[in-house]
Amino acid sequence: MSKPAPKTYITSGHSGCAGCCDAFAAKFTLMGAGPNCIVVNPTGCLEVMSTPFPLSSWQVPWIHSLFENAGAVASGVEAALKALGKKDDIKVVAIGGDGSTMDIGIRSLSGAFERGHDFTYVCMDNEAYMNTGIQRSSGTPFDASTTTTPPGKFSFGNQRPKKNMVAIMAAHGSPYVATTSIGYPRDMMRKVKKGTEIVGPTYIHAHAPCTTGWGFDTSKTLEVAKLAVETCLWPMYEMENGEITQVRKVKDPRPVEDYLRVQKRFKHLFTMEGGEEEIKKIQATADWNIKHFGLQ
Amino acid sequence: MINPAHKGKMVVVEGSYAVAHSAKICRPNVISAYPITPQTHIVEDLSQFIADGEIPNCEYINVESEFSAISALVGASAVGARTYSATTSQGLLLMHEVLFNASGMRLPIIMTVANRAVGAPINIWNDHQDSIAQRDTGWIQLYVEDVQEASDTLPQLYKVAEDNEIMMPGMVCMDGFILSHVYEPVVLLEQELTDSFLPAFQPENVLDPEDPKTFGAFAAPDTYEEFRYLQEQAMQKALPKIEAAAKEFEEVFGRFHGGLVDGYKLDDAEIIVMSMGSILGTIKDVVDQYRARGEKIGVLKVRSFRPFPVEQVREAIKNAHAVVVLDKNISIGTNEGALFTETKSCLYNSKIRVPVMGYTVGHGGRDIRAESIAKVIEETKKAAKSGISVESQFLDLREELL
Repeated sequence: MSKPAPKTYITSGHSGCAGCCDAFAAKFTLMGAGPNCIVVNPTGCLEVMSTPFPLSSWQVPWIHSLFENAGAVASGVEAALKALGKKDDIKVVAIGGDGSTMDIGIRSLSGAFERGHDFTYVCMDNEAYMNTGIQRSSGTPFDASTTTTPPGKFSFGNQRPKKNMVAIMAAHGSPYVATTSIGYPRDMMRKVKKGTEIVGPTYIHAHAPCTTGWGFDTSKTLEVAKLAVETCLWPMYEMENGEITQVRKVKDPRPVEDYLRVQKRFKHLFTMEGGEEEIKKIQATADWNIKHFGLQ
Repeated sequence: MINPAHKGKMVVVEGSYAVAHSAKICRPNVISAYPITPQTHIVEDLSQFIADGEIPNCEYINVESEFSAISALVGASAVGARTYSATTSQGLLLMHEVLFNASGMRLPIIMTVANRAVGAPINIWNDHQDSIAQRDTGWIQLYVEDVQEASDTLPQLYKVAEDNEIMMPGMVCMDGFILSHVYEPVVLLEQELTDSFLPAFQPENVLDPEDPKTFGAFAAPDTYEEFRYLQEQAMQKALPKIEAAAKEFEEVFGRFHGGLVDGYKLDDAEIIVMSMGSILGTIKDVVDQYRARGEKIGVLKVRSFRPFPVEQVREAIKNAHAVVVLDKNISIGTNEGALFTETKSCLYNSKIRVPVMGYTVGHGGRDIRAESIAKVIEETKKAAKSGISVESQFLDLREELL
């Protein structure tokens, strides 16, 4: 018998898609953080699907302000708890998508980390603006098709690699930065729990495949998440005070094709002339990850 | 008017210091601000108070932008903290999106705006374009005339904003440099008196794991409109509360700066000059000269621009022969300042028929001289006799630069 799963604090009945990655991410985050927390959630699918007034799926106190200010709102929540003498008992957890974290919200998040507020930020990275209809963000991987990076005569899709957000957050001097994936719930819960227990600003970057935006069957969310890890395109590691302290090994890395082939956003790489060369470039990224993070 | 009983208590301090002291005495729990001229002295003084441990149970957040300054206060206020910030000009414009958000979530955040022009061209001097551009954000806006009022209005505004029937954010608008950097004799707010005037902030709804609540939910067309309606209702309810707070402040402190509006030599006035902010001092000087010559000129100070005191403005100007409004702002494309437009608007469906003229003045800190105000009054006298020839115009344009 495996251990029973911890209780979570987001209810079913929300309007997320079948197989929604945000629902998984929120569920695992709260399983790790526990009930004694205040959640800050920037604008995105999670906020829309979980709080259609007068309903709410949240069984913990929750605040949504804007798209680009979760870092600052969390700073204020933390400062108020301190001023009112409640900080020792209550954790502050922010949870946002890649757009609100890596793009429009990076100023406020950077400020909050530089100032050293005691909170945990969880980025649910589904690699594009899904709530607005699958537009490219700085989390979108190389060659992915989105509605603003469509492949065409002169393009294989998104022209740039993913922004290395984890390195940016580590560079702020954060005591704890980790990557995880919703494909590995226990890993994610453990890292969120650890993040909330460490004093100071901690950052968890969770890879989160989106059934709608990436184009795969709604039953395959966790499978696709695992494929990203097994192909070494999503390395899972922890950094404490700037040093990598733990890496999840991948014994027999699978070719990136196994991951790309199951997603419509990469379909063009298998049909367009020159696609093979592009897949080689993506394999090179995985190979670099294997070497850089010592995944094998 | 200086209350003779206060003379012994007066000290000469910079306007920014008086405001910072007032903010301190109001016992904020979270202060969050980003430096911008001419607001800087307020936040520097507050930082020193924090460094000296003079503000109990208070966290000061040195944020990386005005956007985050006000965003942090959204989070703090939702936890139940009394919050304070100060800003101006570009900083206030950068807050714009969050201002709507704070009001929509009914968080009574209070800030001081050291009014300054907005770019381009970049300009650091005073006018009211920055805060007037925020008039539709759902914030109470009180415009003050001098340093004492800038200081005294903070506890009044906290009292109104934090009232459980109101729960709206508010800004005290004081003229940048003219008031923020001037040294004037003032009575600094006393802690004991202020504590008796301003109760602790005790909101009904806060973020608390013991009783989890959802703040900032998503509202579809079937519920959104009612949120907007309730914001408007709160603003209307704030009208008498602003008056009441000013009167109660007078009872406790012995100082009164007007409620929603304030009149100066208004009772028999045939010509009324309306405006907001520090320019009122100059206007009163000019009016005194007219009065000395037996001319019936009066002044209407509008203290509350949001909520707009329609009844009080109507009542104050109903018997005038003509009214002139001086605005330190312009809505480009209407050739009108905001107070002028509002004043005309509140008369249209009433039985009051008074000619109202507008001047848009003092842009980017241009001095407004007594002679210019006298010229405006002369034009208004002509309008009272023979009708308005130019409804609204710029004052003191340098034609040679055009």
